[in-house]
Amino acid sequence: MHNCDAIRQSVIEIIAEQALVDPSEVTADKSLADLGLDSLGLVECIFGIEEAFDIAIPFNANTPDMSGIDISSVGSIIAEVEKLIARQAA
Amino acid sequence: MKRVVITGAGTLNPLGADVAATFAAMREGRGAIGPLTCADVDRLSVQIGAEIRGFDPEAHFPRTRLPLLDRFTQIALVSARQAVAQAGLELAGEAALRAGVVMGTAGGGNTTVDDNYRTVYEQGKNRVHPFVVPRLMHNAAASHISMEFGLKGPAFTVSTACASSNHAMGQALALLRSGMADVMLSGGSEAMLCFGGIKAWEGLRVMARDTCRPFSADRAGMVQGEGGAVFVFETLEHAQARGAAILAEVAGFGMSADAGDIVMPDLDGPVRAMRAALSDARVAPEDIGYVNAHGTGTLANDRVESQALRVVMGAHLDRLPVSSTKSMHGHLIGGTSAVELLACLMALQQGVIAPTINHQAHDPDCVPDPVANTARAAKVDVAMSNAFAFGGLNAVLVLRRTP
Repeated sequence: MHNCDAIRQSVIEIIAEQALVDPSEVTADKSLADLGLDSLGLVECIFGIEEAFDIAIPFNANTPDMSGIDISSVGSIIAEVEKLIARQAA
Repeated sequence: MKRVVITGAGTLNPLGADVAATFAAMREGRGAIGPLTCADVDRLSVQIGAEIRGFDPEAHFPRTRLPLLDRFTQIALVSARQAVAQAGLELAGEAALRAGVVMGTAGGGNTTVDDNYRTVYEQGKNRVHPFVVPRLMHNAAASHISMEFGLKGPAFTVSTACASSNHAMGQALALLRSGMADVMLSGGSEAMLCFGGIKAWEGLRVMARDTCRPFSADRAGMVQGEGGAVFVFETLEHAQARGAAILAEVAGFGMSADAGDIVMPDLDGPVRAMRAALSDARVAPEDIGYVNAHGTGTLANDRVESQALRVVMGAHLDRLPVSSTKSMHGHLIGGTSAVELLACLMALQQGVIAPTINHQAHDPDCVPDPVANTARAAKVDVAMSNAFAFGGLNAVLVLRRTP
């Protein structure tokens, strides 16, 4: 249903929208903190991504390292979203 | 005991987007009640209200901040900015620790609740925006005001239905008098002109279908509005020390509980609250030159409030102008007494008494002088503002003119 490029572009646009930066600045190596997003910005991004792809991201702000997903960088977020979409389609 | 004065006022309400516009509407007796524009208005039996028209939130707040701001918080912040600007208030360091905020609201983020119940119940979605809780909480407006102006002292919200703002301002007064703070922002706001907010009021069957006619023999009930006002209260010594212009003195406050019925007003409770406020202000009933009534336009309120005023004022009531500005701006529920305090300020500062508009026929059971339909010039030294809430909770403020 979603091809990888489209997923990547969508996630980047959602993060760029929240961070108020140009999508070109949202590169795979950056963390959300690098882009100036605080913890509220992070949950808004997660909400935006869930809405866009109709998926549930198992993120708990109390245990960000133990949520079972890697959100340490833009690249890892994209990879996690791709996995969740693939799992949902399966 | 320290004396307390008002040095700034701000508002966003159906009559205007600032104090000057609100005064102009009150002087002209211009009402703001009209057709409601909320979603599913066709399913409401009450289809009128006093909405704030032409307010563009994006002109006041960055897009990134708006998801955190319910409409009642937006109204409070816009009002607070005007009040702080007029007061010329700048708080930093130690001064910020001695400054705070008390706000009133009855419904808090009612629109946020309504929108998100639609999301989960009507649309069947299982996910809501992450900021629903910080948007809807009753203290959101007080918290955002504390954040925007760096107020680090006492900060909280008071929720006593239709008396919320007067109770809030009474608390601000008490904090300043007691020495717990030097400056307090205070007032209230409300924004529940959404389907659920109106539908709930419909249920009580006290709402007018055409317009609000307080004290008029043909009155048919209350009309809801939205809006709020915020004032800068500070101790007289603090205001004088920084050379601030003083708008009025907050001379007294009185409150009481009917301890009777959950909705039907009582005679004794309002009488005790008004007497407590007069006594606190050290003024006699004859000193009062204007009363801004609670004046909801319901059969029960207007009659009982009129009786209570007769008990408190005696023969002076025959010479005392008593108006209900709810006839113009509607009932702003928890924000109403903040906006109504503006009518008292106008009387004291400009010598103009706001009218009760839509008045068509004298009711012998109501106040003898409701300032029917047309504003009136009068020199007023002391003004009183009534708020009598559901739940039998009464709160009355007395303002005094400053030379």
